[in-house]
Amino acid sequence: MSDVVIRADKLGKRFIIGHNRLHHSAILGEALVRRARSVVRKGADMLRGRAVVEGDVLEEFWALRDVDFEIKRGEVVSIIGRNGAGKTTLLKILSRILEPTSGRVELNGRVASLLEVGTGFHPELTGRENIFLNGAILGMTRREVLSKFDEIVDFSGVEKFLDTPVKRYSVGMYARLAFSVAAHLETDILFVDEVLAVGDAEFQKRCLDRMSEVASAGRTVLFVSHNLAAVTALTRRGIVLKEGQLIFDGPVEAAVAQYSLSLAKGKAGREWGRGRHSAIVSADLLDPHGMPTDTYEPGTPFRLRIEVETMDTLGIGFDLQLRDANNLPVGYYSSSTFSKMTLPSQPGRHVCTFNLQPLFLASGDYSFDLSAVSLPSVVDHDVPNAIVFNVATCSPGGIAFDFNQNYGDGVIALQLDGPMRIDPKSPSTD
Amino acid sequence: MNAQSSERLILEAGRADRQYWWDLWRYRELFFILAWRDVAIRYKQTVIGLAWAFVRPFMTMIVFTVVFGKLAKLPTEGAAPYAVLVFAGLLPWTLASSILNDASGSVTGNAQLVSKVYFPRLIIPLATVLVGLIDFCVSLVILAGVLAWYGMMPDWHILLLPVFVVLAVLVAIGPALWAAAMIVKYRDFRFVIPFAVQVGLYVSPVGFSAKIIPPEWLLLYSLNPMVGVIDGFRWAILGGESPLYLPGFALSLVVTAFMLWFGIHTFRRTERSFADMI
Repeated sequence: MSDVVIRADKLGKRFIIGHNRLHHSAILGEALVRRARSVVRKGADMLRGRAVVEGDVLEEFWALRDVDFEIKRGEVVSIIGRNGAGKTTLLKILSRILEPTSGRVELNGRVASLLEVGTGFHPELTGRENIFLNGAILGMTRREVLSKFDEIVDFSGVEKFLDTPVKRYSVGMYARLAFSVAAHLETDILFVDEVLAVGDAEFQKRCLDRMSEVASAGRTVLFVSHNLAAVTALTRRGIVLKEGQLIFDGPVEAAVAQYSLSLAKGKAGREWGRGRHSAIVSADLLDPHGMPTDTYEPGTPFRLRIEVETMDTLGIGFDLQLRDANNLPVGYYSSSTFSKMTLPSQPGRHVCTFNLQPLFLASGDYSFDLSAVSLPSVVDHDVPNAIVFNVATCSPGGIAFDFNQNYGDGVIALQLDGPMRIDPKSPSTD
Repeated sequence: MNAQSSERLILEAGRADRQYWWDLWRYRELFFILAWRDVAIRYKQTVIGLAWAFVRPFMTMIVFTVVFGKLAKLPTEGAAPYAVLVFAGLLPWTLASSILNDASGSVTGNAQLVSKVYFPRLIIPLATVLVGLIDFCVSLVILAGVLAWYGMMPDWHILLLPVFVVLAVLVAIGPALWAAAMIVKYRDFRFVIPFAVQVGLYVSPVGFSAKIIPPEWLLLYSLNPMVGVIDGFRWAILGGESPLYLPGFALSLVVTAFMLWFGIHTFRRTERSFADMI
């Protein structure tokens, strides 16, 4: 038997996606004609046996294209890439949920995949019942679940609530129980997707420990994460995907570097398209000298520059959404609602500079989603991940400590207005 | 599980999966667990719980007996009380229609599973069959009660009842699989199935005897496979009172076999792209 357990050969996956053109004309006749046309199109699709896609304009979209790699027995490999790079699609193909459009995959060994924790958990059933249900869904036999039952319960720490319906569980308990079942899967090949993005810091650490245990037990693990620290800690080899293509395959440190580089370079070569009334042309984070940069020093002025083109006279404003490395929203700003500012009404190119107040952001990766918004708050042109930057260290006040996103304590180091005041408590006031 | 570690799998566009039936066997526990889940959550937060399984068929029997037997004065078969005739028809009909209803919506109802884990998708609709059979067993208890009420004792014919139960399941499962696959692709069918079931109740000889159909039309009528199944049930339960119309029964079998093949075929062909469309 060959030592290669996963071989992907020119793997590709195509989706057909539909867009709706934004229709401002609210004329009934026109709307009816459009609706009728859409019914006719869907009817024709149905007769030809095609799937129904909503939208006026159909577009082909390759989520993965010509991806080749080989993974040997016992290797632990991470797949990194920004959102929409095709990581989850790849895992879904490997775990047989999606069928590839082109190319082929060869798998040797029993496969299990964890695309989320708690798949199939039913809120009405008790913790105990859900362990068996979830175990079976993940491909465990009843006997396997039984033999691991005590371990699973121990690991989750919810034994007091085993006979309570999980709908009464807190989010944390739910996640812990769900992960515990998954953590006790025993297969030759394991695919894990972003499972670590849930739970508190203590729970995440436990998950990481368990993952490295699994990894060191000689099983083949494919691991998808945004958490670059976890990626470097757990894996030795990294595969970088970008817009559906494999752009790097090698040592994980190099892969992470390549990924960061692709984040930084991403904005130059990217086609952002345009909206109906506007187009965001470019966007940059600026350093104190007004030069584009991709790092931010916590506590320094936070400046963004956005170049935008407007086509007609509608008042266009901007929404900014700051996200952390797990893609969770951290902050939000809207020029039209927060500061009642919109672009001038004459068409043309405008350069807008935003001076945000300094933030003490935890070290790690961040991104800004930008959207140009026409009144009244219709998203006209949306550019996710338009600005990507990194905070190298966060040591507010020059302390000898780096406050990092991965600690699970949030992404903002809170700052005091002055020194902490300490007063003796006077016994009389009580 | 280590015994299977040498298994080898090739994933490719449009590739027929030779391991499919073996996988189906390997995931048999999931089949039972999904059925158990559906049963377990069914009567949660209800007051009378399992009693619903008794109330529904019993009330339907009374309504049908009054409407078809007393008001429309349709003839029964032989000396059998009309209520027994109705219930013998209601049994397979309820079984088949609940399978058709539940199984056809089951894949979309479990979209969360389909888009996140792999297992042979056939398990989902098949699990609902088990749920339907459990309700069916409850109805059998009612049948025993009704027969006792009228002081009737089934003869040896009743031993062949399991054969007709299997037939009722097979009749339902073909169209159900087809519909389940179609609903994933075109949600329109979600509205078609309940309607078809509603019409089917009156098109099939549930509330009346198939013997009231003029003989020259009977063979054509048997194209509806439920005719054969219901006739079979009445033959088994009422014994000699209700002889089987064999050509019609044979035709029902042929139609059933075809629908079964077509259902499985459609489901298997569409299954690969379920996660794309769901």
